[in-house]
Amino acid sequence: MSETKTVLLVEDEPNIMEALRFVLERDDWRVVTHSDGATALGAITDIAPHVVVLDVMLPNKSGFDILRELRAGQNTVPVLMLTARGQQKDRDMAIEAGANRFMTKPFANRDVRDALNTLIAQ
Amino acid sequence: MSFNLLILASLGYVVFLFIVAFVAEDRAERGHSGWARSPWVYTLSLSVYCTAWTFYGAVGFAARSGLEFLTIYLGPTLVLVGWWWLLRKLVQIGKAQRITSIADLLSSRYGKSNLVGAIVTVLAVIGTTPYIALQLQSVSLSVAAFASNTPLGPLDVAKTTGIWVAVGLALFAILFGTRNLDVDERHHGVVTAIAVEAVVKLFALIAVGIFVVWGVADGAADIKNRIDASEIAQFNVDNSRWIGLTFLSAAAFICLPRMFQVLVVENEDENNLSIASWAFPLYLAAMSLFVVPIAVVGLELLPEGSNPDLFVLTIPLTQGADGLALLAFLGGFSSATSMVIVAALALATMVSNNMVMPLYLRAQNIGATVSGDVRAVVLVSRRLSIVAVLLLGYIYYAVSGGTVALSSIGLISFVGVAQVLPALIGGLFWRGGTRTGAALGLIVGFSIWMYTLLLPTLFADTNVYSSIVGDGLFGIEWLRPYALFGVTRLDPIVHSVFWTMLLNASAFIIASICSFPNPVERLQATTFVNVFDLAEETGGWRGAAIEAEDLLVMAQRIIGGRDAQRLFTQVARKQGKEGYLPDITPDFITVLERRLAGSVGAATAHAMMGQITGGSSVSVEELMAVADETAQMLEYSNQLEVKSAELERTARQLRNANEKLTALSVQKDAFLSQISHELRTPMTSIRAFSEILREGDVNGAERARYADIIHDEARRLTRLLDDLLDLAVLENGQVSLNIENARLEQLINRAIDACVNSSSQMHIKRNRANEAIMLATDPDRLAQVFINLITNAQKYCDAPKAELRIRIADLGPSVQVDFIDNGSGIGVAQQAVIFEKFSRLTDHARAGGAGLGLAICREIVGKLGGTIEYLPGQDGAAFRVTLAKSLP
Repeated sequence: MSETKTVLLVEDEPNIMEALRFVLERDDWRVVTHSDGATALGAITDIAPHVVVLDVMLPNKSGFDILRELRAGQNTVPVLMLTARGQQKDRDMAIEAGANRFMTKPFANRDVRDALNTLIAQ
Repeated sequence: MSFNLLILASLGYVVFLFIVAFVAEDRAERGHSGWARSPWVYTLSLSVYCTAWTFYGAVGFAARSGLEFLTIYLGPTLVLVGWWWLLRKLVQIGKAQRITSIADLLSSRYGKSNLVGAIVTVLAVIGTTPYIALQLQSVSLSVAAFASNTPLGPLDVAKTTGIWVAVGLALFAILFGTRNLDVDERHHGVVTAIAVEAVVKLFALIAVGIFVVWGVADGAADIKNRIDASEIAQFNVDNSRWIGLTFLSAAAFICLPRMFQVLVVENEDENNLSIASWAFPLYLAAMSLFVVPIAVVGLELLPEGSNPDLFVLTIPLTQGADGLALLAFLGGFSSATSMVIVAALALATMVSNNMVMPLYLRAQNIGATVSGDVRAVVLVSRRLSIVAVLLLGYIYYAVSGGTVALSSIGLISFVGVAQVLPALIGGLFWRGGTRTGAALGLIVGFSIWMYTLLLPTLFADTNVYSSIVGDGLFGIEWLRPYALFGVTRLDPIVHSVFWTMLLNASAFIIASICSFPNPVERLQATTFVNVFDLAEETGGWRGAAIEAEDLLVMAQRIIGGRDAQRLFTQVARKQGKEGYLPDITPDFITVLERRLAGSVGAATAHAMMGQITGGSSVSVEELMAVADETAQMLEYSNQLEVKSAELERTARQLRNANEKLTALSVQKDAFLSQISHELRTPMTSIRAFSEILREGDVNGAERARYADIIHDEARRLTRLLDDLLDLAVLENGQVSLNIENARLEQLINRAIDACVNSSSQMHIKRNRANEAIMLATDPDRLAQVFINLITNAQKYCDAPKAELRIRIADLGPSVQVDFIDNGSGIGVAQQAVIFEKFSRLTDHARAGGAGLGLAICREIVGKLGGTIEYLPGQDGAAFRVTLAKSLP
């Protein structure tokens, strides 16, 4: 890779965050993390990452709401949504809210890496 | 004067009356009854009150008792002037209820009682028959007065005359009184003929009076002197007789069947009454004007022993004024015949309607359904009744003619019919009057009248009765007919009036109070007593010409605006009047009534249409039918209401169940979602780190750390599964408790031991002295609860020097264990949900559990028969566990 890409992980489970950081940094991603839902939107705007990994169940504000507000603000940053609730309606809601990809926990590390690469290539 | 001329003149007069009646009837039939309906004809028809007994008898009365004869005119005058609102009420009720006679009125008022109607009828027949006989006698006597020169002799002439007069009157009454049966029909012919006769008798009496004053005597001054000189001026005024007779004639004016006939039944227009109320007293005054002069002159002029009852006739005869005598005769004839015709008509209606028809209908068992056949039967029955009444009168006359019994029958008859008064007045003004009361009052009054007046007069000549009169019935002195209960000083008439009225009214009132009216009676009572109010309510329709607009207004109220408009438009189109309101045709009324019946029931519709189109009120049967229909509808609508209430209840239950199911479903969804999240989160870490480790691209420190994470997350998973299973078991009630006696202190020790480890810095304050309490409980489960609460405090207490106070309160049968920390506590909104599943307060990491702890605690404490609650208002988070010391 010619330049370092930035990924913002919005996730409140420290273990999951640590695992993802390890996997992505190994792939030369610049990993920034944020764990609070209420301030996540501001973090995305401020950091302006190349891609966002967004959890659904965050403290204080759900990932769906954050994404909706992000898209309402004309921000088109690619977003990969991760959720521990694996129902179809969660998937639908994610796409509707403006997610580019949607993944159910637990995930394979490879799938996350591939998904992020695909998202920044588009 | 030739007897033949008299007969000829009489026949001519009779033919004239027939023609008058015929013409009036004919015009009325063709709708030209304008003048026959005038208040003047009505007023004159009231003169049936003045019979031959008044025409001839007033002079006789004056000759015998002075001015007392005036009471006979005073009574009606008082009624007309002072009580005309009573007459108005009678007339209104008569019209509204289609009353045909006074018997019908009382029968109708007292719940259509045949019994009351029959009693009144019997009373009227017995009271009136002698009176009819009196009229026949007066005509016969007056004819005989002319017959002194005939070969037959006066007596034979009298008898022959009697029978022919009776036959002629029967013919007249049948011809003009029973032509048809229409309820609204009035006898225009009869009334008009009577009005003519009224003029004739007044004219005749005044003519005789003028002749007497200015022909025989020398004018008014001379007459005055003669009066002063005569006995008439000497008569003492007997107050009790004056009051008694005035009352009696007033009562008779209202109660006499013939008076009721002309006052109420033949009344065309209520307003005629207001004219009659002053015009008829004037007529009576004119009738009485020359009574005293004629009596005085008669007494002077005619030989001792002459019948003063015939002075009106004999004065002109002896003075050679044959023409005047003929006029006087026709006056008397008019008085007699008008009374007999109207009385026969009224009695025949009563006999037919209140005695014959009920019996006939019962015999035929056809109920009240009036078919064409029944109409014919009614007509025949009325005609036969007329013949019977007149025959009765004639027989009575033939048997007792010329005796004292007959000449004094006038007042006696008045007392008889006056027995109707209490029931009549009571019925009009007192809702409480009942059928039993009316019947009893009538019977009591009637019996006393018979005993004290009628029988003593009729059988005055017989030994049996004279002994009763002298010594009382069975020799009991206080039962003497003329001195009942020892009241000896009264005149027989006044005596009888006093006792009959007193006992009649008392019986009526007491029996009414003691008896209970049936529904029809109550309905009728209200209708009668409130006739003015009712009339005012429906006054808008009454009398006014019926307009299609009125019908439209009513129809809209009943079948709704659109349907009514459509119906009227349809009918108008059929009538070729498109765009206008339709004409009121019988067809249209039938169509409309049928349409209304669909909405409100047949009887109601009929009653409504009747009210609007006929202006007449509703019959009892109609009202009862309406009431029945209404009751049925009410019943039906009640049933519907019950059904709809049931449906509503069911729907509500379904809705509730559905809401519960929905809520459960939402809960279940949320629960599954939560479980999914709680399971997947540790599994995600486990999988991610497992993959990292498997790829082998890690150093030793990292490997050890990641293995620890995997281990911790696996334990977290296990704990979660344990909790879930525990909760499921508790919630499903499948938990088995091991109840033992345990010391509270030991349980708390156990819990603290389980929680306090090296990492915990929380200080726990307790007062062991208070903890020396024995409990019957499941020690393991209760310890689990305590552990949970202590753990929560350790997890969430955010005070720099965390502290947990365990406070015990011994309440006798139960014990409270409070766990209070010194943290910032729990917000009010969250207090409500902390005992629900997965209600973690802060983020996952810090809680380290799935939020099932307090839910499990609640289940356990509940199983142990206690409660757990959040205790607000403490320094920090506070929970209170309340437990019974021994399980029930």
